[in-house]
Amino acid sequence: MNRLTPNRRQLARGIADNRTYLLVSLAALTGAGALALALNQSRQANDQHPPDDAPGRTGRRSRFGRFAVSGRTVTINRPRQDVYDAWRDMSRLPHFMENVESVTVQGDLTRWTIRGPADFDVELETRIVSDRPGEEIAWRSTENSAVETSGKVMFRDAPAGRGTEVEAVIAYVPPAGRIGQMIAKLFQAEPSIQGRRDLKRLKMLLETGEIATSRNRKTTA
Amino acid sequence: MRALTWHGKHDVRVDTVPDPEIVNPRDAIIEITSTAICGSDLHLYDGVIPGLMGGDILGHEFMGRVVETGPDSSLEKGQRVVVPFTISCGSCFFCKNHQFSACDNSNPVEKQDITENLYGHAMSGLFGYSHLTGGYPGGQAEYVRVPFSDVGPIVVPEGMEDDDVLFLSDILPTGWMAAENCDIKEGDIVAVWGCGPVGLFAIQSALLQGAGRVIAIDHYPHRLELARNLGADVIDFTRTHVLEALMEMSGGHGPDAVIDAVGMEAHGFAPDRWLDVAKQTVGVGADGGHALRQALMAVRKGGRVSIPGVYGGFLDKFPLGALMEKGVQVRSGQTHVQHYINDLLKRIEEGEIDTTFLISHRLSLEDAPLGYRNFHDNQNDWTKVVLKPGLTAPQPSEVEA
Ligand SMILES: NC(=O)c1ccc[n+]([C@@H]2O[C@H](COP(=O)([O-])OP(=O)(O)OC[C@H]3O[C@@H](n4cnc5c(N)ncnc54)[C@H](O)[C@@H]3O)[C@@H](O)[C@H]2O)c1
Ligand SMILES: [Zn+2]
Ligand SMILES: [Zn+2]
Repeated sequence: MNRLTPNRRQLARGIADNRTYLLVSLAALTGAGALALALNQSRQANDQHPPDDAPGRTGRRSRFGRFAVSGRTVTINRPRQDVYDAWRDMSRLPHFMENVESVTVQGDLTRWTIRGPADFDVELETRIVSDRPGEEIAWRSTENSAVETSGKVMFRDAPAGRGTEVEAVIAYVPPAGRIGQMIAKLFQAEPSIQGRRDLKRLKMLLETGEIATSRNRKTTA
Repeated sequence: MRALTWHGKHDVRVDTVPDPEIVNPRDAIIEITSTAICGSDLHLYDGVIPGLMGGDILGHEFMGRVVETGPDSSLEKGQRVVVPFTISCGSCFFCKNHQFSACDNSNPVEKQDITENLYGHAMSGLFGYSHLTGGYPGGQAEYVRVPFSDVGPIVVPEGMEDDDVLFLSDILPTGWMAAENCDIKEGDIVAVWGCGPVGLFAIQSALLQGAGRVIAIDHYPHRLELARNLGADVIDFTRTHVLEALMEMSGGHGPDAVIDAVGMEAHGFAPDRWLDVAKQTVGVGADGGHALRQALMAVRKGGRVSIPGVYGGFLDKFPLGALMEKGVQVRSGQTHVQHYINDLLKRIEEGEIDTTFLISHRLSLEDAPLGYRNFHDNQNDWTKVVLKPGLTAPQPSEVEA
C-alpha cells in the first residue's frame, strides 16, 4: 500500500489518487527504462534532426513514457571513492539534501521522509538495485512508496584532474489529484533545482568541510 | 552592535543589530577598526544593483582585530587582519586557479539560482553586497563574521597603520588587476576612464607595470589633480572631446589599452547616457555604459580593454562591431583579491606604493550616512571615506564640504 502520510484529512483522497496512477503505471515504461533513455543521447530523432550527443533529459522533451526525468551533474574536487562513500552512507544524505527530513536504512531498503509543501510529508521506500563501489548507486521505489520513482547516481573521473563528476538522475511518475499536485510540486517543479542545490551542498561539504551560509548567527533570530 | 544598514535608494542608517556569531567551523569574528565606502557601495546606494534587502549591512572594505575563532580557523585572537571582499574557500577548482571571485563554494546554494539564470553561473560570495553574491553581512559595522577565515584574511605586520593597508581589501588589488588585465608592454599608452579610487590605483599600477604614458579621464578637477600627481596626463571630458583628444595624444594610433574604472553609472552629456539613465530609472535592468562604449571606440586595433567598473545586467548599444572588427581583447571581473594581496602588501612595506593619498575623510561609524551622502554628491572633494568605529565623536572640521 502506499505510504502517503499527510498530516491532514487529505489522506483518503490521496490514496484514491494514488491507486489510479499506480494502476495506470503498470502498463507503461519502467523507471529504469526511462532512466536509461534519459541518460543516453536524445532519441528524439526525426528526418531533419538525427540524435545528438547531449543527455536525453536536456532535450526539449522532458517526459519519457509516464516518467518525468530530471538530473544534474556537478564536479567535485575529490577522489571518486570519497564522493561515492559520502553518498553510499545513505543515513548522511539529510546533511546536504534540503527536503529530506530523515533517512533510515535497513539492509538494502531505505526509508525516506521528505518534507513537502503545505505541511505534509511524503514517505518513500527504495531498494538499492545496483551498487558498484566508486562508480554507481541505483535505487527503485518499492510498493510501499508514495511515489513511483527510480534514481541513479554515477561517479566518473573528471577530466584534467578536476576530481569527480557526479551525475544524479531521478525518474518518477508525476502523481495526479490534489495531493498528487503537491507531490508533483515537490518532485516536478523543483527537482532539477533541488537536485542542483543538493549536489552543490555535497560539493561544499566535501571540498570545504562546511556548507556556506550568510547567516550571522547560529539560530535565526 | 552598531552597523550601517541599507533601506532603499539613498536611504542608509546606522542601526543596532545582533552581534555576529561563529556559525561554521572555519569562521572568525573580527572587531572592525577601519572600513571604507567604495564606489561599488554607491551602486547599491543608488539602487541600481539588484538583490538587496531592507536591513542588509553594507561594507566590503574592512580590517580589524580577531576576537573569536571557529575550531578550523587558522587565525588567533588579537591578530590584526585585512579581509578581502571576495569570500573564497581556497579549495575548489577556481580557487586553486587563483580565480577567487569565481569560488564555487562561498555563495550559499539557495542564493545561486538567480545568478545561474542571469549570468549562466553563480559567482563567489561577497561581503556587504547583493544577495546575488550571497547577501553576507558587511563590515561597515562594529563586528563582522568572516567565513573561510583560514584563506582570506592576511595578518598585518607590526608597525603598519590601518590606513596603509586597509585598501588591500579591495581597491588596491582592483586597480592592480585592472592594469594587469591590460597586458602592458613597456612604453604602452594606457587610457583610464574614472579617477575615483579604483581609477587612481589603476593609474599608479599601470605606471608601475611599465606604461609609458597614462591618460586619465574624469570631470572633477580635484580628482584629475590627484591623477596628475601620480604622473598621468589628464582629460576633462567637460572641456574636451575625449575620442579626438585620445587619438591626437597617441599619434593617431589610439591607446594600446583602456581601462573602464567608471562602471554602470557613468556621467556625461551624450545621448546614449540619457537612454541608459531613463532605463535604470524605470528599472528595466539596463546598465549605464557611456564610459565603456567610449573606451571601446578609443582603443587601438588589436588593443586591450580592461573593465574593473561594475555592471550588473544588460548593456544597450554596445559597440560589438568595434570590438569584433578591431580584434580587441576584453578582460574583467570582480577582483581576485587573495591572488594579489601578499605581493601588494610587500610593495606597500617597501614604499613602492602609497595608499593614503586619496583618503579625504575619516569619520566615525555613526557618521556613515553622511559619508555616503557626500561621497555620492560631492565627489570632487570626497575622494575616499574611511569609517573608524573607534572614533566616537564626529570630526566637525571634516564634516562640512
Ligand atoms: N572589479 C572590482 O572588483 C571592483 C572593485 C571595486 C570597485 N569596482 C568598481 O569600480 C568603479 C569605480 O569605483 P570607485 O570607487 O573609483 O568609484 P567612484 O564613484 O568614486 O569613481 C568613479 C569616477 O568615474 C568618473 N566618471 C563618471 N562618468 C565618467 C565618464 N563618462 N568618463 C570618465 N569618468 C567618469 C566619476 O566622476 C568618478 O570620479 C565602480 O563601478 C565600482 O563599482 C570594481
Ligand atoms: Zn569596493
Ligand atoms: Zn573556492
